[in-house]
Amino acid sequence: MTGLLEPKAIGTDLRRRDGALKVTGAARYAYEAPVDNAAYAHPVQATIGRGRVTSVDTAAAEALDGVIAVLTHENAERLASTEDAELAVLQSGDVAFRGQVIALVVAETSETARHAADLVTVHYDEQEHDCVLDPDGELYKPDKVNPAFETDTAVGDVAGAMASADVTVEQTYTTAMYHNNPLEPHATTALWQPAGDGGDLTLWDSTQGVHPARSTVAEVFGLAEDQVRVVCPYVGGGFGSKGTPHAHVILAAAAARAVPGRPVKLALTRPQMFALAGYRTPTIQRMQLAANRDGVLSAIAIDVVEQTSRIKEFAEQTGVPTRTMYRAPNRRTTHRLAALDVPVPSWMRAPGECPGMFGPEVAMDELAEALGIDPVELRIRNEPEVDPDTGHPFSSRNLVACLREGAARFGWDERDPRPGVRLRDGWLIGTGVASSVYPVHQMPQSTATIRCEDGRYVVEIGAADLGTGTWTTLAQIAADALAVPVADVQVCIGDTAYPMASVAGGSSGMITWGSAVVEAAHAFREKFGDDPADGDEAEGSVSENPMAERYAMYAFGAQFAEAHVNADTGEIRVPRLLGVFAAGRIVNPRTARSQFQGGMTMGLSMALHETSVMDPRFGHVVNHDLAEYHVATNADVADLQAHWLDEHDDKVNPMGVKGIGEIGIVGTAAAVANAVHHATGVRVRDLPITLDKLLPHLP
Amino acid sequence: MKPFAYQAPTTASDAVRQVADDPDAVFLGGGTNLVDHLKLGVARPGALVDVTSLTSAEITERDGGLLIGAGVRNSDLAADPRVRERYPLVAQALLSGASGQLRNMATTGGNPLQRTRCVYFQDVTTPCNKREPGSGCSAIGGYTRYHAILGASEHCVATHPSDLAVALTALDATVHLLGPDGERTVAFGQLHRLPGDRPDKDTVLDHGDLITAIGLPDLPMARRSTYRKVRDRASYAFALVSVAAAVDLDGDAIRDTRIAFGGVAHKPWCATRAEDALRGQTAGVDAFRAAAEAELADAAPLEGIDGGNAFKIPLLTRTLVAVLRELTGVNR
Repeated sequence: MTGLLEPKAIGTDLRRRDGALKVTGAARYAYEAPVDNAAYAHPVQATIGRGRVTSVDTAAAEALDGVIAVLTHENAERLASTEDAELAVLQSGDVAFRGQVIALVVAETSETARHAADLVTVHYDEQEHDCVLDPDGELYKPDKVNPAFETDTAVGDVAGAMASADVTVEQTYTTAMYHNNPLEPHATTALWQPAGDGGDLTLWDSTQGVHPARSTVAEVFGLAEDQVRVVCPYVGGGFGSKGTPHAHVILAAAAARAVPGRPVKLALTRPQMFALAGYRTPTIQRMQLAANRDGVLSAIAIDVVEQTSRIKEFAEQTGVPTRTMYRAPNRRTTHRLAALDVPVPSWMRAPGECPGMFGPEVAMDELAEALGIDPVELRIRNEPEVDPDTGHPFSSRNLVACLREGAARFGWDERDPRPGVRLRDGWLIGTGVASSVYPVHQMPQSTATIRCEDGRYVVEIGAADLGTGTWTTLAQIAADALAVPVADVQVCIGDTAYPMASVAGGSSGMITWGSAVVEAAHAFREKFGDDPADGDEAEGSVSENPMAERYAMYAFGAQFAEAHVNADTGEIRVPRLLGVFAAGRIVNPRTARSQFQGGMTMGLSMALHETSVMDPRFGHVVNHDLAEYHVATNADVADLQAHWLDEHDDKVNPMGVKGIGEIGIVGTAAAVANAVHHATGVRVRDLPITLDKLLPHLP
Repeated sequence: MKPFAYQAPTTASDAVRQVADDPDAVFLGGGTNLVDHLKLGVARPGALVDVTSLTSAEITERDGGLLIGAGVRNSDLAADPRVRERYPLVAQALLSGASGQLRNMATTGGNPLQRTRCVYFQDVTTPCNKREPGSGCSAIGGYTRYHAILGASEHCVATHPSDLAVALTALDATVHLLGPDGERTVAFGQLHRLPGDRPDKDTVLDHGDLITAIGLPDLPMARRSTYRKVRDRASYAFALVSVAAAVDLDGDAIRDTRIAFGGVAHKPWCATRAEDALRGQTAGVDAFRAAAEAELADAAPLEGIDGGNAFKIPLLTRTLVAVLRELTGVNR
């Protein structure tokens, strides 16, 4: 690959181009799509954990003034494809989990739809359900883990190394069930216009990818892709839960097809989102570490148990980061799944890396303590020269630099390693560290066009902005690729009317869409030179990066946390959280800082607050709203700092970027857990860390 | 949500008559609890009778204490200089609850009448004796982290969520009522009830009784008072446990004390046993702990899918000790 783009607009902290629209309320979200005469849909959910609907009595609902239709499995349209069981809505009376949609009311107002949904009476043939993740229960080995990693890997003899090592750590760690909980609920406005060649479906959907959503919907309904348009200029957060269409998108489209010519709006309520919009599986991680007295690892192993739904597999790749982090001659990673009568799990910010860097990074802290070696130093001593998994060199790997820079900024060198000895004003004080990692993902397809209009450059690509800054950062990339001022670039995204773009997932957006924009810019200049005429247009697509076969490509980071634990009550506060990241070139420091800090806040939230409480008697998450499912609030976040190294990597892509949307959440929970241990001497291995787990051990 | 009528009478007595005459009508104050319940289908009234502007929104001097109109918003009550100086526990309790936006809406009369809180009560797909008498209690054997350890019954283990009510219980405030038969008062400690076999009834009020004001007594020791709320995040969370306390000290001797607990029972818990144990004692950590243990002698923690709530016993003990250390300045 030739040299990187010369950064002019790249690296400047431009304000968000969509900022004013958002703070003034002028930005329209999916539910606010500008349509006339909308009808409103509200789902009816199953109240059993498993079984069959024997009858649905819709008479009372249909009798209600303003009710247009009640769709059930008996009268709903037969879908062309039911291959994806999550999307095969209203196709049979089978109930696979509590909260599954078994009917849909369409009415003149949202209030009427909701009222009518309450009036639908359902009778069931109920069967016993199983919603408990039990590591000793029935488990199976999936063929692959998300998206296509080997399920198990093994090198050498872990058991032998454990038996002969100077020091070992063998512990089990657990992470909870988590729900993505974007502030904007999952919402779709759908319009079916039967005229034309078989009809057209327009979806204003809150999605992380308009083109992937279109493909899915077209397949489910048996439509040609050009019969479906998906529009989504703005997203109020997704965190992976809007990366694939869930049942409500199909429901909205089916409702629209039942009332042709009339737009239908459907927004999930917050409790509905806990059953219908994906979530992160709970994980059970058995860790083994073996080391000599100098802290050099001879073995590292992680055996993961997690859940999926009985009707659709999602295998979170929790063991995968352990394959790459540290050098050790003997290595093992495994994944086993329990298929349960639970809602369908899916992507949540850094699937794999986020939960999968909790157990290993706490285990490293336990090993450091057992050896009497500083935890920063222990990580440095186990830095690999090449990727332990593939044997390839790293395109760039600056974990050690992140650890050292973070330690210096945090004041780590003054740290007294003894746990539980610092009491100030009634609070026990401690500090902890953990590493972060996230792979460089480039999606195989994305295309951009660039057109000259009135002397300006219009860039079109169906990319998404989840609040991440795409409206702004793609303009910066285009400006530098065209060698023009960023003010001369207009970006158009979020619509399948623009060229095909991949999903905003795997922190791949800037890498993939940015590469397409750079290709389009090069094609444009090649074709039209530096003085183009109005209407000149060129197209470019991302192409496979040959370096990806020869190099391991990852972003790394180090996170430092200070924890205060109230000596009377066990209340936990984290007054300081500091991350240093090496993630290639940073396109926009302002939006990048927001990404890192958002990820770290979500990691803090995972450490202390978040847990979806599944009641096995009923089969649903009972704390299914934001009053009961706690996420970190402003008061929980104090001195939160994200820094980054100036990392030059000319192998990853022409911009030199690695993707930053997810790495901020990776390792945070371990850093906090390690800090809580340093504060109190109590090792909490099960998230979240709550005061009841500390109380019995406080003085 | 079931459709309902909205009525806006112009006097409090008209409002009382409208509710008293219609078993399906309820009062609407700030709506911060009722409106949630309407949306969830937990409350299904036929009519809402708006009383937000029908009672006083003033705080006035009365018999050495303060009379707080039922229409006073929580945010205004917490900011009142007289309340902050003479009853700091009231201001602290209010500011530890909800969010700024909710406190701007919530009223003094409505806050104590929040329904008890329980995820199963709020979920119409699960059995709940409070919502549907006789259907069973889902919390028993379920998610019990926020549930009772004192005064619960086999029919209900929910807790009362109001922070203000805990402070008012400690102060022994007075509830001024207007009912179909005229005005009367009830001691604040008598307002709420334990669930027994009627968990559907949170208070002793009759249908149509309207709180018009809350009276704070002339209580000098309340100047040395505090409200300590222990919760799972720094703000915007209900109490795991809370303590409202005031102390009257003579040197190191405890002349008198007022203590109430939140987050542990179906009602704000008046800790009379702890008060009795402390009265006349020399302030000291052992005496504080003994007082907590006396109050919690009958505590009955719940098992549950989340590990149960037995942690509340040591947590409340330690919190009361910490509060009394702070109020007395005695750390030994």
